[in-house]
Formats: sequence, C-alpha cells, structure tokens
Amino acid sequence: MAENIPRMTDLRWLLLGISLVMLLHIAHFSLWVTVFVATLALWRYLSQHYHWRPPGTLVLLPLTVLAALGILLTHRGLFGRDASVELLALMLMLKLMEAKSSRDLTVLVFGALFLSITALLFTQSMLYAAGILASTFALTATLTGISHPNGILDWRTQSRIAGKLLLQGLPLMLALFFLFPRGPGPLWSIPQASGQALSGLSDTMEPGTISDLTLSGEIAFRVEFEDAPPPPNLLYWRGPVLWHYDGRSWTMASQRLFLPYESVRSDQPVTKYTVTMEPSNRRSLLLLDMPAELPPESSLTRDMQVLANQPVRARIRYDAASHLDYRLAADVHPRVLELNLQIPDIDNPKSRALAQSWRDAGQTPQAIIETALRMFREQAFVYTLQPPLLGEQAMDDFLFNTRRGFCEHYASSFVFLMRAAGVPARVVTGYQGGELNPVGNYLIVRQSDAHAWAEVWLDERGWVRVDPTSAVSPSRIESGIADAVSERDLLPFLARTNSPWLKNAFLNLDALDNAWNHWVLEYDQKRQLELFSDMAGRKLSWQDLVTGMMLAVAAVGLLLSYFILRGKPANLDVLQRSYDRFLRKMKRRGIIRQAHEGPLDFGRRAAAALPHNASEIGSITEIYNRLRYGNKDDAGSINTLEQLVKSIR
Amino acid sequence: MAIALKLPDWTKWLRVLQAGHVPAVLSARHIYILPTRSGWFFALLLLLMLAGAINYNLSLGFALIFLLAGIGNMAMLHAWRNLAHLQMISSRIDPVFAGKDAVFEIALADRRQLPRYAIAANFEPAAAENPPACVDIGANGQTLIRLHLPAPRRGWLKAPRIKLHTEFPLGLFHVWAYVDLEQRCLVYPRPAEKHLQLPAVPDQQAQGHADSGSGDDDFSGHRSYQAGDSPKRVDWKASAREQGMFTKQFTAAGKSVLWLDWSLTPGNDEEQRIRQLARWAIDADAAQQPYGLRLPGITYPPDTGKPHLHHSLQALALF
Repeated sequence: MAENIPRMTDLRWLLLGISLVMLLHIAHFSLWVTVFVATLALWRYLSQHYHWRPPGTLVLLPLTVLAALGILLTHRGLFGRDASVELLALMLMLKLMEAKSSRDLTVLVFGALFLSITALLFTQSMLYAAGILASTFALTATLTGISHPNGILDWRTQSRIAGKLLLQGLPLMLALFFLFPRGPGPLWSIPQASGQALSGLSDTMEPGTISDLTLSGEIAFRVEFEDAPPPPNLLYWRGPVLWHYDGRSWTMASQRLFLPYESVRSDQPVTKYTVTMEPSNRRSLLLLDMPAELPPESSLTRDMQVLANQPVRARIRYDAASHLDYRLAADVHPRVLELNLQIPDIDNPKSRALAQSWRDAGQTPQAIIETALRMFREQAFVYTLQPPLLGEQAMDDFLFNTRRGFCEHYASSFVFLMRAAGVPARVVTGYQGGELNPVGNYLIVRQSDAHAWAEVWLDERGWVRVDPTSAVSPSRIESGIADAVSERDLLPFLARTNSPWLKNAFLNLDALDNAWNHWVLEYDQKRQLELFSDMAGRKLSWQDLVTGMMLAVAAVGLLLSYFILRGKPANLDVLQRSYDRFLRKMKRRGIIRQAHEGPLDFGRRAAAALPHNASEIGSITEIYNRLRYGNKDDAGSINTLEQLVKSIR
Repeated sequence: MAIALKLPDWTKWLRVLQAGHVPAVLSARHIYILPTRSGWFFALLLLLMLAGAINYNLSLGFALIFLLAGIGNMAMLHAWRNLAHLQMISSRIDPVFAGKDAVFEIALADRRQLPRYAIAANFEPAAAENPPACVDIGANGQTLIRLHLPAPRRGWLKAPRIKLHTEFPLGLFHVWAYVDLEQRCLVYPRPAEKHLQLPAVPDQQAQGHADSGSGDDDFSGHRSYQAGDSPKRVDWKASAREQGMFTKQFTAAGKSVLWLDWSLTPGNDEEQRIRQLARWAIDADAAQQPYGLRLPGITYPPDTGKPHLHHSLQALALF
C-alpha cells in the first residue's frame, strides 16, 4: 500500500487527537505558537479536503527555521520547559504537513502522546486528566484506523474499539498506578519555575497588598480538623508577623536580632488538624494561632511564625496542632517591647497627637485599646474593598480624612496608634476564617480570606490578639468577607454567590478536587508505603511493593486474558440450543443420554422413565429429529419445540 | 542496507497448520505474535515518558503511562484474538494456463461470534507483485479471499503455505499463522502462438477418415451466438436483418474427425509439441470441431464441448 496521501478518515482522527493535545497546552503557549499550530492544522485539513499539493521542502524548511527562531526569541533558549514544549508542538505540526505513509501517521500519534504528558509539567488538575483521556481516546482510535490497510472502518467501529481498549486498559493502569514503586526524588535536577509569581501572602504589607489578594478566588489551603472545627472567630491562620514600620510599609523583624523565643503557655488541650497547602513559592506555613506542634521540616521564628525549610513549590500536606487558648510571651524580653513601639516620629502628626492625648489622659493600655476600637466602631469608618489612595501622611489621611479602608488599613493604623500611645503592638498577617465544605468535612481557605490583625502586649497577659476590623465590620469575622463588603461584584465569584445549588455544586467539585489531590497528585512513596503497610498490617519496603505489583499485574492480566481470549463458544443454532436444554432437564431427573444413543432411542427411554411427560418428550424428539435430519427449515416448529421444552417441569 | 546479515529463515521452523479437506481452524498452537517495529517504538516511548514522570514526580503522568501500557497489552490480546479460531475452507481453484496467475479461492469464516478486522493473507514465500489480500469478516460471517500465485509451468501447481496475519487493532503487534490447505491448481500448457493452422490432413490411420474441413459443408441449423464462436460461422446475413447474432452449425457427420496426434505434431522438443497440441485443441473447440487427442500411450476419443477440452488440456498438462 504505497499511497501518497493518508486517508481522510485517519487524518480526521489524528487532527482531532492532536487538537485535543494542543488544547491542553493552550493555557501556557505563547499566542503566536497557538496561532501557528491552529493555522497548520487548518491548512493540513483543507489541503487534504481540496486535494491541494502538499507543501514541499521549499515551504516547510523556512517554516521550521522560522518556528525555531521564534522560540529562541520568545524564550531566549530552546531547552527550558516552556521553550522545549512549544518546540515539540511546532515540530509535530510541521511533521504533520509532510506526513504521507501510515508509518508517518503512527509517528505523529506517538509524538502527540508524548506532547500530552508534557502538559502535566504545567498542571495536573482533574480537567487536564479528562482532556488527556479524551486525546488518548482519539489517538487510539487513530491507530485502529491506521492499522486497517483498507481503511473502511466507520468512525463508530473505531470509537467502539478504542473505547473498549481504554476501558480494558484501566484495571492494569490502576494496579500499576498504586503499586509501581515511586521514587523518593528526582533523577536529575528540575528546572525550577521559581520566578513564577504566585498569589499569596507576602512578607511585607503596604496598602493594597491584601485587598488585591482578596480579589482572587484561588484556594490557599484546605484543612481537615481531627475533631469539630473551631468557631469562625477563632480561625486566625498565622502568617508573617510584621514589626517594622517605615511610614509606608510593614516588614518582618530581622532574623539577626537574636531575640529570645517567645513562650506559649496553655492549660487547654491542643487542636489537631491537617493542612493541604497549595504552592506559594514562599516559606511561610499557615497554622492556627498559636502553633503548638510543628509540621516536619519546618521551624519557628521568635514571633511564632512557622517557616518551612524550603519554599513551598508544590502542594504539600502537613499535620499540625495549635493552642486556641494561650498566653504568649508574658515574660517577654524588654528589647522586644522596645522594638514594637517604634514608629517614624516625623510623619502623621495628627495621629500621634491623638494617641498622645489618650496616653496623657492616664488611660491604662487596656482602656487605650478600647478607646481606639470605639473610635473605629462609632465614627464613620467604612470597611471597603476599594479604599481611596492615601497621601504622604498615610495614617493621618486615613484616620481623619478618607476613613474608608480594608483590614490592612485598620490593622496598620491601630498598631500605629497603639505604638504612639506607648502600647507595644505589631501587625500579624494571615488568613481568617474559611468555608466549611460539608461534602468532605474540611475547611477551604481561599486567597480572598487573607487578613491582617494586630497583637498588643499587655502586662501579665502577654501578646493579645486584637482585630480592629471586627470593630468596624463584625460580620467579616463571623461570616466571611462576602457579607462584610458592599462591593460584592469585586469579590471572586465563589465568595459572593448566593445560589445554594451553585454553591453546593462548587463544594462538591472542591471535595472531588481534594480527593483528587489526595489520591492522585500527592500519591508518593510515603503515602504508597503507608497505604499498603496499613493494608498488610506490617511495615513494607519498596521491594515488597515490587512483588505486590508483579502479582497484581499478573492477576489482572490473567483475568483479562481469560475474558478477552475466551471468546464466545462456537455458535450453536437455536434448534441445538433448545434440544440441549431438554437434555439438561432430563439429566437433572437422572436420565442421561449415552454417547451411543440417538435422539429417537433416548426419547423412547426418557418417555418410559417419565410417563407423565411422555407426550411432550415424544413431540420434542419428533420435531428435533425432523428438523435436524429432515433438513427442513421451519421456524414455527422450532418455536413449538422451545415451548415444549419449557413446559417440562 | 548493504550489510544485511543473511540469517536462515527461522519461520520455517514454526508450526504450520496442515489441513487437507476439513475446514482448517487456527488453534492457539498455530498463532504466533511479536511486537511490530511500531510496538517496540511504543514501548520505548513509554519508557521515556516513565523516566520523565519519575523525574518530575508527575503522578498523573504515571497514570497516563500506565493507561497506555494497559491499552498496549489489551491491543496484544485483541490482536491475538483477531486471528485465533479463524476457520479456513479451500474453495474454488480453476485451472489456468501456464504463464498466468493461478487463483486460489479461500473462504475465511468466524465461528466465535467475533468480528474480525484487517485479516491479511498471502502465500509464503510471497510474490512481490501480489500484495496480501486483506479482508474483514463479520461475526459468524464468511469472506472469500483470492490468492494469486504465478503458474510458470504446466502440471500440478502446489500452493505453498499461506501466511495469515494481522496487526489490528493498534499496529503494535504482528500476529500470524501458517496454514497449508494442501491446495493444488492444474496448470494447462501455455498454448503455442497461432502460427499453424489446424491440421487439415485427415488422419490416415484413423478408422473413418476425417476431413477437418468437411465439417463445414453440412449446414444443420442455427444456434444463438456465444462468445468465442468463430466469426466465420456467424450468420452475418441474419445479423444484418437485425434478427440477432446466430452461429451457423455444421455437422461433422461422424466422419470428419480431427485427430490431434503427438507423433504428427511439428516441434523440436516435447514442450513445443504439447504447446502446439494445446493450441490446436483450443482452436478446434472454438471452431466446434470434434477432435480426438492421441498421446503416446493414451488416446482420448473425439468429442466436442468444454468438458472434453478440459480433459484434453489436463492430459496435456500432466503428460
């Protein structure tokens, strides 16, 4: 079969498969690559449809050079992750332009399969899994077409065969997926996607950092509590603690200060939970106020932040425990208090004067806090996602002029006022609240739950959490951000929707996503060994896994081979089937047909043994004999025979 | 490739299903399977992908690779099943003249309620110019294939073993089986070129002297024209009257019998004579001329008609 052009049916399937693979990549392809790929696919299809001459080397060679040059210019190299995937995609399309023989098509199918796995370097979500399944199906169907030299299969047959192969391949896939021993780490170093900006809490806070985050519906982390989840007003997820204020932004305390660790006292039992955190590219791990038991490979800072040893570049899962009722650093080092009183003493004269007036009135720190919170509560302060820009004197502008702000404004101005009034205070950023998903019984914390609050140091009591936002907008703390702000349309869709059906659908989907993460994406060596050690009831090594894998694959393979290769028995005609049923019924009554016995002899013997069925047996024998040996086709008689056989009880 | 290691043909040690008369059924013992070049390439591709998945810790990548591995294995089972338990029944084999292709008609049948796809069949060793016949067979269905084999010499042409093979469904595995249906095809001698007229001389030794031309004299009637009738005998007048094509029939009256005699046939060697006799037999048959054949040791009495022609040609083929 030396055909010069591939068959249209094969090409259609191949183009479908390749397009599905390209669709997986569309999110991270450069625009020009997408356009290039789409154009070539369309060109290929049309040139086949209208029998255009296929482009020769004179067209393809410059295109190849152009494509490589384009990649080189876009990515300043050919070997990065993005660059090599795009290059592979372009080369695949150029190969498609000149594909002729069925071997070319097979190579293209394999290339597309390879390209589909590279999409997983970018995302491994369920949606991608579905997309890969679809493209694998189309590419399998393409192969069935190619392997049929006459090419006369219709698309239904091809789909049926491909679908069957896919379904029958599943058991083997599951056995291998769960039992194939996963490696502990990479074989060679991974090109890091570290430059990539991910949304999440940053180590500094300026006006706008958190309200920007609030616009993102992305999930920051999910939490499963060992017991019942605590009430919302205790769900403060502690992130970066900010000490230093330069008049504009808040930053963390320098690690080089070598301050003593702050002490935590609590007489309540700890609350235990497991956090599944999305990659943030930062070291900060989120734990409830106040961390009691640290996740592995992490450390505590002096102000009770938990930092991972490495930036979180992939989704991680950690167990942790916290004291919800605590006393932090009642015996604090004086130097710490000193540092937490620091404010630039030239800016914001009005704010400083206000605080000074509270101090001069001889109020206790406790009373100063109350006064400040009362000011936020009783004066015309507004909690809003769209605060106006603040001028040079940011605090004065906010407290006396605009009075519209988000949690970061309230936290920062509150801490400023406290410091100015001589009460040591600091800003804590993190997340507050979260949405309980009843489907999987876990808490979803989104980027939109990002929050900032204050900690004030009081004699005897140590660092006490004060949330000035709750003074302005109590509902923010009690029922989440959607109820607290008026500009609801700015919030991510999921945070503001009221439709219970939609909400439920999303919660279900998220539960599915969570299970997906748990069973697919985070299924690694550790979990694998844990899972099978639990099942086996003893500690397993990876060698045991290999043995298990081989046994499972052999078992699944044998079972499938049996069902597939067994085939169906040779087709007996209706007549023989009915007569066989009659023979089985007789056998049950102890009348067994002997090998030498013809149907007539057997009929006579059976009739003699079962006198009350004698007439039926006689008729059955007569009809069978007539149809079998009289060589007559008679549907009516066969029906009669079937009825008779049935009538024998 | 210039450097081709000449390996002995290992396939000659493989089992061949020998089936003379009964329908041949390919049992598991007769079926061989090996990955195709694409199959090896596919395996390599999966290994490459596996290395990537391990390295980049792509859990979903593992899933995809293992799914593809599962599909590949299932394709192996399906490919095997596609050929297994196939029935073959030798059907018509018409005699041919030497120099033409012998055509062996074989019925492939499924008795397992499975549709079979892309079953290819060819003789082994295959003739380069004959691509394998490739057919589908419906569940419980039957499909005829025709295998061509060059027939260079007269006599019995024994069909070599048949290779049945398929790469369906994915082209990753090559499944094959050898069957010897013990078929043979009768190959008539290649008729000599039309240089010599039919021998006009009546046979001296025959009991009645026959005049090959005298049969033309006694017109006995018309019959409708058949392809192959000599144009000399067409009733052109009737044809001109638009009454249809008729062939004039003449009786040979028993006496005008043509004897094709080996000893009287010109020709330098045996083959040349046999070819000449074959030519004459065909010409005589076309002319509706009764003829007898006399070979050393065998004599076929004069007769007309196709069966007689076949007998005569068979005698010449096997002489």
